[in-house]
Amino acid sequence: MMANPNIGPFALEPNEKRRTPMRALVIDDSRAMRSILRGILASIDFEVIEAADGRQAIDILSTDHDFNIALVDWNLPITSGLQVVTEIRRDPHLAGLPLLMVTTETEFERVAQALQAGADEYIMKPFDREMLLDKLAILGIPVEAAKA
Amino acid sequence: MNREIPRVRLPEPISAADFDYVRSLVREKTAVALDETKVYLVNARLLPIARNAGIRSVVDLIRHLRSHPLGELHTQAVEAIVTTETSFFRDFIPFEALRQEVIPEIMEGRTGSDRSLTIWSAGCSSGQEPYSIAMMLRESFPELSTWRTRLFASDVSKGMLERSKSGTYSQTEVNRGLPARMMVKYFRQQGSTWRINREIRDMVSFIHHNLARDILSLPPVDILAMRNVLIYFDVETKRMVLDRIRRHLKPGGFLMLGTAETTLNLDERFQRVRVGRAVFYRAMTAEAR
Ligand SMILES: C[S@@+](CC[C@H](N)C(=O)[O-])C[C@H]1O[C@@H](n2cnc3c(N)ncnc32)[C@H](O)[C@@H]1O
Repeated sequence: MMANPNIGPFALEPNEKRRTPMRALVIDDSRAMRSILRGILASIDFEVIEAADGRQAIDILSTDHDFNIALVDWNLPITSGLQVVTEIRRDPHLAGLPLLMVTTETEFERVAQALQAGADEYIMKPFDREMLLDKLAILGIPVEAAKA
Repeated sequence: MNREIPRVRLPEPISAADFDYVRSLVREKTAVALDETKVYLVNARLLPIARNAGIRSVVDLIRHLRSHPLGELHTQAVEAIVTTETSFFRDFIPFEALRQEVIPEIMEGRTGSDRSLTIWSAGCSSGQEPYSIAMMLRESFPELSTWRTRLFASDVSKGMLERSKSGTYSQTEVNRGLPARMMVKYFRQQGSTWRINREIRDMVSFIHHNLARDILSLPPVDILAMRNVLIYFDVETKRMVLDRIRRHLKPGGFLMLGTAETTLNLDERFQRVRVGRAVFYRAMTAEAR
């Protein structure tokens, strides 16, 4: 029964998962929120790139596909977070990029809409470190060692 | 100047005798052991109970409890002190192991009238644990609809059982560990709270049960989740509870414990097995003992 320990995102061995540093794109117009997210992500060894609006995020992603996750706020100037999600999902280079909406939008319809547009996970503000790490774990990102 | 500063009355400290009384009350009702380091915890958790009952302070509340026969207020006090922290899919890894290996393995071996699956979540708190399992079954094992599937959940706390049954959660609770896809699929928003659908609620039978005391008649169990419960008991109670719950498990049945818990050095009739990155404890068959 325990023949195959390597099924699923949680099956990786601790040293296997840290071979290459992970990178996150944080898209939020609030500097304070970006720095909170940066802090949490840095604590689990992420390299963090920030974008302050949707346009900037799309620009970054048009040349740099090498991210393990993008965290997307909903209410962004210029291009909304939902549009960002939609555009990312249109780009075949970014098809596998895990997208986490991080937002003050807490209506059922909003969550459904984001998932429909192609977001993989959704976290409502306010949240704490544990909640964010739980969401990362759902997305298959190893957070265990850092959590302990 | 001074007069304008609001008067802060420092709370009277809980005396050793009062703390002892609370400690034995909690122990008597739940088997949960409190040591002296828990004085602050007792104070913090009893304060809302005192306020609610219109009693001025925690010390007065304890005096009231000590001088009255056991009743509703005693129950409330005990239930407030016992730790009930939980979350959906807590720690993930054990639930993934259940989904990917344990449940498929159990199901593989069963055909015809053998097709039944029994799961028990003991110390289920506000219900996130059994509902996580219920959603997982619904999501990943549609075949089970033709099986006899039973999902029991128990707790010593009546307040927690009521919460479990209502299946209503705050935004903070659904924000923790619950995949957004499941939230959208299995919950409805009601004002600022989220309620799990009747379809999932009806999968779980809730039972009031004290693991350290009550006899429970259940069909033999394939999977028993008793996570983050043993940790609050003293060694003697841990042994007694493990011995009791082992009798509910089918031979080879799986016990899931919290990440800080083990049967090692407590009960040798469980075998520790790794499943993926999770650890389970299997009830040994008579021959293997
Ligand atoms: C920390 S919670 C764990 C909840 C859940 N199993 C989890 O791991 O997230 C512990 C629960 O055990 C319950 N409990 C404590 N003593 C118990 C006893 N003697 N019998 C049954 N339940 C008990 C408490 O009421 C509480 O809801």
